[in-house]
Order: sequence, then structure tokens, then C-alpha cells
Amino acid sequence: MSRRFTPKVVSANHLIEGDAVWLTEDDRWTRDMAQAELIEDEAVAQLRLLFAKGQPSVVVGAELVDAAKGSDGPVPTHFREAFRTNGPTNYVLGKRAEGLKPRGHIPGQEADNV
Amino acid sequence: MYKYNEFDEGFVRSRVAQFRGQVERRIDGSLTEDEFRPLRLMNGLYLQLHAYMLRVAVPYGTLRPDQMRQLAYIAERWDRGYGHFTTRQNIQFNWPRLKDVPDILEALADVGMHAIQTSGNCVRNVTSDHFAAAADDEIADPRPIAELLRQWSTDHPEFQFLPRKFKIAVTGSPNDRAVTKSHDIGLRMIRNAAGEPGFEVLVGGGLGRTPMLAQVIRDFLPQEDLLPYVEAILGAYNLKGRRDNKYKARIKITVFENGLDAFKADVEERFARLRSQWSGVDQDILAQIEDHFAPPAFRNAPVDGFEAFRAENPVFRAWTDTNLHTHKVEGYAIVSISLKKHGATPGDATADQMRVMADLAERYGHGELRVSHEQNIILPHVHKSDLPAVWAALREAELATANIGLVSDIIACPGMDYCALATARSIPIAQQIATRFDELKVEHEVGPLKIKISGCINACGHHHVGHIGILGLDKAGVESYQVTLGGDGTETAAIGEKMGPGFSADEIVGAIERLVLGYLEIRRDEEETFLDAFRRLGPEPFKGFLYGAKETADAA
Repeated sequence: MSRRFTPKVVSANHLIEGDAVWLTEDDRWTRDMAQAELIEDEAVAQLRLLFAKGQPSVVVGAELVDAAKGSDGPVPTHFREAFRTNGPTNYVLGKRAEGLKPRGHIPGQEADNV
Repeated sequence: MYKYNEFDEGFVRSRVAQFRGQVERRIDGSLTEDEFRPLRLMNGLYLQLHAYMLRVAVPYGTLRPDQMRQLAYIAERWDRGYGHFTTRQNIQFNWPRLKDVPDILEALADVGMHAIQTSGNCVRNVTSDHFAAAADDEIADPRPIAELLRQWSTDHPEFQFLPRKFKIAVTGSPNDRAVTKSHDIGLRMIRNAAGEPGFEVLVGGGLGRTPMLAQVIRDFLPQEDLLPYVEAILGAYNLKGRRDNKYKARIKITVFENGLDAFKADVEERFARLRSQWSGVDQDILAQIEDHFAPPAFRNAPVDGFEAFRAENPVFRAWTDTNLHTHKVEGYAIVSISLKKHGATPGDATADQMRVMADLAERYGHGELRVSHEQNIILPHVHKSDLPAVWAALREAELATANIGLVSDIIACPGMDYCALATARSIPIAQQIATRFDELKVEHEVGPLKIKISGCINACGHHHVGHIGILGLDKAGVESYQVTLGGDGTETAAIGEKMGPGFSADEIVGAIERLVLGYLEIRRDEEETFLDAFRRLGPEPFKGFLYGAKETADAA
């Protein structure tokens, strides 16, 4: 038996900027994971991934990443993905510098958004 | 210092133009990512967690002031105002946009720099002693040899697709500051009984998931045999090295699996065949290269002012105690500029700081800067009478931390704050340890102690050769830090021993504090360093400090 499917988002890096982006339900790429499409069906996930991989001149390295349902959109379940919504922890650069709220649990930071 | 000739200049410019075309074709969709990826890697361009990263080669860690200023300019114009100096004496920019990279490479070419072969399965930047041509213990300047190897290996048609990356380090001093034993090839410049120059050749060292110390493959290799011999090693590795498994592809595994004797026999047989094909033109080129590295016009001046200033200024005195190294010329000192201010990111320098260092090198340092593998910047030739002025300027730029070789002079890889391969963060751990020991005010009492932190098993932070090594791992979705002790990257090289279970991010700083304060209790006297005490006493007492006596018994 295959393992039970866990919810996913489609994530990638933007071709020009190289920063983390997520696929939305209406086929846009967003820099705010809150706007990402949370996919709860495996077949849909594969279709959405194929759709993402069909945009090689917009994004690089599209993949399915584990996520969970949060109060205001998907949140990461692993710290690596939480860092991708946050930027590096040593400087306020990347996502945080763009005014985006980090999502999920950033170890060492008080405010979680899970 | 080496200055590009017409050939170098033409080659680098043509590569910039070539990459510009490749980037254009990637952006307009004519190249897929699969096609483009190897092309960008050949030019040092990675895609990391939050952005692209451009790794710029600093050959054997040597920089001119105009080059350092250009790095500052690049940091400000196309990046976020800073750069990260690495454990292989390079610099990385963490935020370039793909479409700007050709312009960055053009700006590098303007000052005789590039990012070629800073990635990929080829011969990488040849590293060297950061005190080269200045240290009093040196036999000869290793940089002409490193430059010869750079010229020979750049775009070498046979060695662009090796089984895996290949790193060479050269030291001209018996005191190994270039970590030669952890390189694919380590070269130690020596002289034979007749006084002729040559090398002890080491092969098969490496860190990563299978740490190994290099073994001696040739006790004495005459200087003029260097390139044919290195070619023989690379040729043997190119055929025998494994291509079926990325994790078994480095030369250390090739040497280990074949045995040193069999590998050496292959190398020697190839060498015998190749030697006669070398006409000696390489030695003519080496002689030309050596002219580029003529020593500066050292001056003879009194140092009374320095001594007087030192006597009356305890903060300056503390800095001179830790951040200076003996120079071979009387009246001079080697200055290490710490990029490890307590709480700062190890190896990072802002554009302004880069300019300050460039200005100081120009004004007081005979126009030379070095990047050390310990992620600091060196002014190799400063007359002692200029030290008060240098120190004052460094202080103003927050670059005068007196901690070289101490607890807070930590090597840390970028870790999961930047790196796509990382399994945990390194930088915050380094920041917290440095901050904590600054609060405790004990690091001068503790003395020489090297802490090295890697954020994954690939060991860019050299944790295996840290007196205290810290390896960040992902343990069931939580950052976990494993401690190794007793590692050493010098001529008495050793791989650190793994202690017990890992510590969480919240626990690791306290564990290191217990360990270091515990060492103070059991050292024989103030002269016995942490490493010496570990070697004398073995791991047990240190495990006790880390885990408490009971847990150690349980773990055993």
C-alpha cells in the first residue's frame, strides 16, 4: 500500500530573482505562501506540478512540498520551508525585508503562524 | 602580485560574453534549466534557498586594493551591500539577480577576477597559506606555484568533467595554515638534502561525509616535475574514480578503495610516460610568474612609537596580542582583521568595511590583502609604526575585534540561512556562542581554541578539524547539533571524535559553555591548550562536561 497522501503546495524559485514562490489556485506565482493553493488530493497535486513544470521560463525547480492548513492559508510543516517564507535569520533580508510575515515555526522566534 | 596578461584578459572577457549569451537564451526560453544549470555552475552561479549565489574566485586568497573595492562596488550595485568570505578563500554574493550576473562578471573582469571553476567537477580555486611571503617560518612563497596550477588547470580540456570536484592546497611553510591534509592534493614545499626545492605530495584528503586525512604519495617531488605529476594524479583519478555514486566519487575514496600503493603505482607509471612530453616551458612560465610576486619595498623605520602606544593603551595591546603574527622582516607585522565581531556573521564584510580594508592595504600594507580560510582578512605587510593608525581605522569600522584564534573566531558555513543543501543553521549558533563567551569575558583566559560549524554533512565549515566541531543535522524535523572534539587542521592534523547524542538549538550553546569552562578546571596549566588537554586526557572528562557524569555512563 502506498503511504497516505499529506497536503502539499507547489513551490519553486523565481527564474530571475531566485526567491521562493508558490503556485496559487488561479495559476499565479506568489511570494506570499498564505496565498498558495493547498492541495489535498494526490492526483490534483501531480497535475498542478506538471502545470508548474511547464513554465520553465518563469520558475526553476518546481516541486511538491508538505504543508498544512493554517488560519489564513497554507503553512509549512518543516523548518526549512518556514525559512523559505522568512529569509535568512542573520539579517532582515529576503521575504521579511519585503514586509511578508514568516509562516510556520521559525526556531528561536517567538511568534509562530501555524 | 599576479597581473593578467593579454591571454588571461582575452579568455576571461570571452567567457563573460559567452555567459551573457547563455543567460539571454535562458531568459528567453531557448535554454531549459537542465541545459542551463551546468553552464551557470561553470561560472560559479548557484541557486540557493532565497536567491542565486555567485561564488567569485580569489586565487590563493590574494587580493589587491582595487579588487577589494570592486567587490564592494558589486555588493552595493547588484547585491545587498555585503559579501561572505568563505573557507576556501573565495567570496560569495548571496543575492544577485540572474539578469545582472553577466554585468557582475564584466565588473570582475575589469579588475582581473572571475568566477570560473568555482563550482562543478573540475579543479577548484587553488588555496594557500594566507600568510604567504610574510611569515617568518616560510621556506618559499607558495603563490607562484598556486598561480602556475591555476593557469594550468583553468579550462584544461581533460579535467573539466572529473568524477567530482577537486581541491588543491599549497603551503610554503612547515606550519600548515592551508589545511593541506584535508585536500584532494596537498602540496608542502620542502627542500631535499641537497637544498633543492620540491614538494611533499599528499593525496586523498577530504572532509564531508567520509572524512579522511591525505596520505603521502611522494616524499620528495622536484619542483620541475610538479605539473606532470599532478597531471598523472588527475589522469589516474579521472579513470579510476567512481562515477556511479556521487558520494563515493572523490579521490579520497578512489585512493581508499584501490589502496595507496596501487593508486601510486598507476600515478608513477603515468608520470614516467608523461614526463618527457613536458619540454620545460612550464618552468619558463613559472619564472615569469615569480617576477609578479617580487617582495614589496620593505622600509626600515623605528618602532618606538608603536611600543610606546602599546604600553599605554591596553585595548590596543590586547589586539596586538591576538591579531598580529610574526613577520619575516624586522619591524613588520602580519595583521589579521577579524570578521568575527561578537554576534556578527562569521566571514561577512559590508561594502564600507571592504573599502576601509582596501584603503588600509593601500596606505599601510604595500597594496596587499589576503582572505584566510578561517574567514578573516589579512594585511600581510604592515610596518609596526603604522599599527596604531591601522588599528584606529579598523576600530571605527568595527573591524578591530581582538579574537583571532580564540573561542569567538569561529568558522561557520552559511548553513540553512542560505544554503539549499544545509540540514540546519550554522550562523546563529556561531553568533550565540561568540556573544555568550564575550559576556563571560573568558576567551583570553581560555586561549587558542578553534570552533568550526557546518550546517550539513558536506562539512564546508570544516567541523571535522575543529578542536570543537559542531555539525548541524535535521533530526526528525528539528535542528540538532552533534559535537566532535580533538580535530586539528594543521601539520598535526586529526579528525575530531564524535561525542554522544546531539543537542537541540536551545542546548548547544550551554553545552559548549560547560565544555570550555570544564576544560579550564582540568587543564594542567595556562600553557596547556584545549586541544593539548584533549589529547592528554582523552574524551571521557569532556563527555562528562557535555552530558553530565551519569548520562555518559548510560550512553556507554
